[in-house]
Amino acid sequence: MSTDSHSVKGHEHHFAHHFRSAEHEYETTKEGIWLFMVTEILMFGGLFIGYSIFHNIYPEMFAEGASYLDWKMGFLNTLVLIFSSLTMALGIFFLQKNEQKKAVMSLAITILCGAIFMVVKYFEYTHKFHLGIFPGRLLDVAKVGVHHANLGMYFGFYYCMTGLHGIHVLLGMGLISWVLFRTLRGDFNSNYYTAVEGVGIFWHIIDLIWIFLFPLLYLVG
Amino acid sequence: MATAAAHGHGSDKNYLNESSGLWSWLTTLDHKRIGIMYFISVLIFFLLGGIMALLLRIELMYPGQTIMSADTYNQVMTYHGSIMVFMVIIPGIPAILGNFFLPLHIGAKDVAFPRLNLLSWYCLMAGALLAFTTLITHKVDTGWTFYTPYSIKTGTSVTTMVVAAFIMGVSSILTGLNFIATVHKLRAPGMTMYRIPLFVWAIYSTAILQVLATPVLGITLLLLSVERAFGVGIFDPALGGDPVLFQHFFWFYSHPAVYIMILPAMGVISELITTFSRKVIFGYTAIAYSSLGIAGVSFFVWGHHMFVSGQSTIAGIVFSFLTMLVGVPTAIKMFNWIATMYKGSIQMQSPMLFAMGFMFLFGIGGVTGIMLAVIPINVHFHDTYFVVAHFHYVMVGGTLMAIMGGFYYWFPKMFGKMYNEMTARLSFVFIFIGFNVTFFPQFILGAMGMPRRYFDYIPAYYSLNAISTVGSWLIAIGFLIALYTIINGLTKGEKAPMNPWGSKTLEWTTSSPPPHSNFDVEPVITAGPYEYR
Amino acid sequence: MAGNHGDSQGHHITPLNVYLKVAGALFALTFLTVIAHHFSAQLGAMAAPVAFFIATIKAVLVMLWFMHLKYDTIMNRVIFGAGFFFLALLLAFSGLDIWTRVAEFSTL
Repeated sequence: MSTDSHSVKGHEHHFAHHFRSAEHEYETTKEGIWLFMVTEILMFGGLFIGYSIFHNIYPEMFAEGASYLDWKMGFLNTLVLIFSSLTMALGIFFLQKNEQKKAVMSLAITILCGAIFMVVKYFEYTHKFHLGIFPGRLLDVAKVGVHHANLGMYFGFYYCMTGLHGIHVLLGMGLISWVLFRTLRGDFNSNYYTAVEGVGIFWHIIDLIWIFLFPLLYLVG
Repeated sequence: MATAAAHGHGSDKNYLNESSGLWSWLTTLDHKRIGIMYFISVLIFFLLGGIMALLLRIELMYPGQTIMSADTYNQVMTYHGSIMVFMVIIPGIPAILGNFFLPLHIGAKDVAFPRLNLLSWYCLMAGALLAFTTLITHKVDTGWTFYTPYSIKTGTSVTTMVVAAFIMGVSSILTGLNFIATVHKLRAPGMTMYRIPLFVWAIYSTAILQVLATPVLGITLLLLSVERAFGVGIFDPALGGDPVLFQHFFWFYSHPAVYIMILPAMGVISELITTFSRKVIFGYTAIAYSSLGIAGVSFFVWGHHMFVSGQSTIAGIVFSFLTMLVGVPTAIKMFNWIATMYKGSIQMQSPMLFAMGFMFLFGIGGVTGIMLAVIPINVHFHDTYFVVAHFHYVMVGGTLMAIMGGFYYWFPKMFGKMYNEMTARLSFVFIFIGFNVTFFPQFILGAMGMPRRYFDYIPAYYSLNAISTVGSWLIAIGFLIALYTIINGLTKGEKAPMNPWGSKTLEWTTSSPPPHSNFDVEPVITAGPYEYR
Repeated sequence: MAGNHGDSQGHHITPLNVYLKVAGALFALTFLTVIAHHFSAQLGAMAAPVAFFIATIKAVLVMLWFMHLKYDTIMNRVIFGAGFFFLALLLAFSGLDIWTRVAEFSTL
């Protein structure tokens, strides 16, 4: 076996040598993607559990922390992310229909939404930095005028959760750009779009996490 | 069992000489080569961790300062633990033997995601290198558990070490993810889940743990770094945080990690026992499901590491009760192995010696584990040498014995050479005797109340400590003989036949060493894995 | 090696209007979350569970239709579900400890 892939009729997808067929490769890859997503859920989940435990111990402190956040920003970002999830799903839908141009459009809009999300995030962060709101011991207690001594913990959670989420948004934008480029190159069609589907699932996970982050951080208090 | 065609013909091409040069190894996607790369790197880590263990034992040979200061002792102890856990035992069997033999066992050409497989090796290397940089900067002295609040306050390079552990965790996740998908999707035609060898069941159960538990370690270590950087107070009692919560998060991973270490060893033992008893394994389904059972139960028992941490009594009682459940699937395995040997034609080849050594030592390690699950005993023995002896009986007496046995067993297949049986047996004798001389006195020391993790002790503990130290030298001699056996076998060994042990599993139906794509003709499976009679 | 594989009839294609309906529902539920927030005084202790409940519904919508879990294999559903199960486990046991812990104060 000198080459690592089989050619199946001219334009169709080449699958790796240890699979029996393109469909076999698709199913296996899909399972791998889901296994990876479980690890994402468990990693973020640890933060959510820490949040819920301390929220229960210090409800007033968490309420005070939430009062420094602008729910309208979070609300805007929620709408942006949900819309981007729709366009991501549509990108796959159009590939399944072999409408590559529309797929490229959808993916581009998804990246744009990600960018809008990050810009809003940037304004939120810089505004907080300006007010002296930092995580943990860096919190400017006098400038903010805090009521609870350990408010730094709330912002520890805030920056950890939104920061890790933000990193995932950036990663997701990078991944979507990659599949966008490959769609333009003509790699994907209704027979083969595994990578787009995987990136899509990753993007929806990002949406999923934000769906919980928004009420937990901005509203419940 | 398999209808794969004979492979004696023509070409001498195999995975080792398919292509040559260092670059062809560093970029290989062949699971067998990646397994060998894991073997070499883990061997180096093992030598490092082993040297540290010897140094620790020399320090403990006499009361008071012997060869190192208290601070140095804490550091050496931390590196010994971290290296052995994160770089040797966790990647040990799954990444070396699992990588090499899982696809061969199920009749696949490779693992499901060869690129991820290679990436996982690079992650381990990156993590290990990063961990070793802390040796140059500020040596870590927290122990491998990184318990808060000390790990937050110490000025040593905990953050770097923790990030290194995170990266090695990614490596572990990638291995596990790969193996689950491989077992689910890449089995050869006719290879049902009830025809896969028990080694595969064990590796599969391990992989589930790797995927489900490791992410929680990841976020825990990340939070610890954040805690050190910003003092957010989640784990810091001075800031209203909860250090016991760190222990919950940590052991949610690290207790299943104990089974990540031992389950694959049990898989190896199942293979060895049935092969060298020339008898079909007793209770295949029971052993298979007990692997899954251990994996499942392992998530419910982590609190038994925390009986004296300030955890609530109710939680302690629940965890104590659940911990005893682990004994059930474990005992199922032990009894099935013994029943397999009963009236078998037992051959005392070196792999079988290690397998029987495993059963003896793991029996002691397991039973003392049940003792430690009982809260009153645990409170008494907590953080004494009794616990040290217990987990070394499981990790070294169990896992390391299985690695050695498994490695001798599969050596002919991996390298196509036979090793010297006499020196292999000699290595067993030294390791087995040395192990007991080293660690059995530690049970007594623990019962006498000698606490772990101290570089000094009262003179009353001297004689047993001295015996223990001498034992550690015997183990070292045993491993040096084993190393000699391997090198001698690689350089001067006779050419191995396709199936030197008369085993029935699938990997023995291909040539030794196997060709690049494992089987010249895709095997079709028509029967179970152990059709001895 | 068999040739013709991976063709689209093997994979479920969700109709366009289903995607739009799901997105509509998600937007509506987001507004509902905010509306509920404005009545948090009346909801009292129920405010957090209500917000969490709405978020869960949204998450399920995303998982079933956007992530195509509704049409995926049972194995993939089990795999993804396992993540939530083990998270619940971590919360349950950590919580069991923390909520039943008796505060002990030094007598010194």
